[in-house]
Amino acid sequence: MNWLTNFIRPKIRSFVEQKEMPDNLWQKCTSCEGMLFHRDIKEHDNVCYHCGFHMKVAVDERLKMMFDDGQYEEVTLPKVSHDPLKFKDRKRYADRIKESRAKTGREDAIIVARGTMGSLPVVIAAFDFSFMGGSMGAAVGEGIVAAAKTAVHDGAALIVIPASGGARMQEGMLSLIQMPRSIIAVEQVKEAGLPYVVLLTDPTTGGVSASFAMVGDIHIAEPGCTIGFAGKRVIQETIREDLPEGFQTAEYLMAHGMVDMVVPRKELRATLIRIFDLLFCQSKDVDTGDGQGTKATTARVKKSGKKEKRASSASGKKSSHIVKLEGGVKIEKPVNTNKPSPKGKTKKAG
Amino acid sequence: MSKLEFEKPILELEAKIAELRNVSGEDKLNIAEEINRMQSKIERLLTQTYNKLTPQQKVLVARHQERPHFVDYMSGFIEDFTPLAGDRHFAEDNALLGGLGRFRGRSCVIMGHEKGNDTESRIKHNFGMARPEGYRKAQRLMHMAEKFNLPVITLIDTAGAYPGVGAEERGQAEAIARSMQVCLRIEVPIISVIIGEGGSGGAIAIGVADRVYMLENSIYSVISPEGCASILWRSASHADDAAAALKMTAQDLYQLKLIDGIIPEPLGGAHRAKDKTIENVAIQIEKALNDITPWDGKKLKQARHEKFLKMG
Ligand SMILES: [Zn+2]
Repeated sequence: MNWLTNFIRPKIRSFVEQKEMPDNLWQKCTSCEGMLFHRDIKEHDNVCYHCGFHMKVAVDERLKMMFDDGQYEEVTLPKVSHDPLKFKDRKRYADRIKESRAKTGREDAIIVARGTMGSLPVVIAAFDFSFMGGSMGAAVGEGIVAAAKTAVHDGAALIVIPASGGARMQEGMLSLIQMPRSIIAVEQVKEAGLPYVVLLTDPTTGGVSASFAMVGDIHIAEPGCTIGFAGKRVIQETIREDLPEGFQTAEYLMAHGMVDMVVPRKELRATLIRIFDLLFCQSKDVDTGDGQGTKATTARVKKSGKKEKRASSASGKKSSHIVKLEGGVKIEKPVNTNKPSPKGKTKKAG
Repeated sequence: MSKLEFEKPILELEAKIAELRNVSGEDKLNIAEEINRMQSKIERLLTQTYNKLTPQQKVLVARHQERPHFVDYMSGFIEDFTPLAGDRHFAEDNALLGGLGRFRGRSCVIMGHEKGNDTESRIKHNFGMARPEGYRKAQRLMHMAEKFNLPVITLIDTAGAYPGVGAEERGQAEAIARSMQVCLRIEVPIISVIIGEGGSGGAIAIGVADRVYMLENSIYSVISPEGCASILWRSASHADDAAAALKMTAQDLYQLKLIDGIIPEPLGGAHRAKDKTIENVAIQIEKALNDITPWDGKKLKQARHEKFLKMG
């Protein structure tokens, strides 16, 4: 070993491996074992194009595939006290955190971003599973609180995308109280009359499933993802029986009434946009019965004055309405408000 | 059964005293003296032992089968306890009991986990591990409390929500989440006391309260020390390390400002003096209710939200 092999060689190797080694160009599907070409995987949003298996998506990729033009602004999250218990098992929690930060380049297991979907304002709080299994401690809880506040401030819909094994036990009770804290957060979004959608991804279990993730207005799940409260092994040890086929999958949860729909990744964005359009723009092309009809797109008028900018315009002319949100997100929406009633419904003429 | 290893010298003395009491005849006076001596020794030992219980020893005390349970508290300080059953969807869950009753003159809604106290009742109450139906019944009772403007008292004592196929199918996660949501929504006071084991989601489901107290030797944790040890230490034999690291005792949690107070237990733990323990809990609940009454429901709810948002 010399300086060359120690320093230069690994660098060259990693460079080569990333770009040219055939090993890296091909990947096996973890479900059907079919070979997948890296460019094709990307094109299919990390879904196996042989069997449809949904592999995990890096959190920034996830955000890109959700927002219009892949554009979003990350919301700066408040600092929290890490390692409040000075927890140490075989390893110090402080070190685990450091490692995860080095690995992911993130502060903790959640990202909050704002942007638009179908030109409508949306805030997304997405879990990063690669950061300690997406476990929920104070930082994640605080992230959800911040996401909810941002959504209320922006008059935006909130989407939370859990990918988490549950509470972060290294924070002890401080992680357990994130369950009620996250519920308080999403309650604020609901009280503001804004949509709160949970997009359940693999996995959503434990204290995460038993809190904010199960109280959405709408629950959408990715195909095949694991959703449940107790771990499969714990259940098996308790009941000493085999678990039913497909137990705790998205489809199973839907069949048992806990999920509204299971949506393939490639249809997610369109589905969400349709939902937000239905919830935000409550009156469109309504036939008023007087033979003239209206061509109205009325965004829902909500309590805070801010959104009225988007909602109502005195003229009956079709105009491009631009609302500048804090943080520089522009929302362009053709607005034509023909006498909107206070509730945002189109009035019947005469 | 249910002997605590670290109480062994105490239990031996207690057994000797019982024996001496059975001795008849002659030396009555001497025996009485001997008993007195032993009793003061027991007290000394109890003080020594209970003043420095390790976290894992507290776990064992918190789980002690002789500890007063929900039903003991009902007969202890609730008059006219009227149990109400069923979630109106699927079933009655005997692991989480609840109903109407009168606490020191006031009507209220009371609920809590019941572990049972012998094999038969333990099975009936599923060892205090509630299924979704238990949490849905809790929601129903809390809504009723709000309708009639009654305070809610919850007594927490569970190893956790039941991990079973049926429980998962019927939405254990949703039931727990919704139960916390109802705790956060109702505009009447909620007082919670962890009387034994506060096991994770199954505990906090009915523990999102205006005031949360813990009995001196109770525990409250995100995961059992055994579970934590087997995951992080890869061996359940490290439960004592996990119990210490998790900071699950009343004293730790009070220091972390996650609970509002600690209710003292008589010397030697609640299992040695049920009535006194129950009385201490009643005193604390009464104080809390007096403190909150009269209430403005909206403000109360707001303060509850703020209290939890401030934590951490
Ligand atoms: Zn495949």
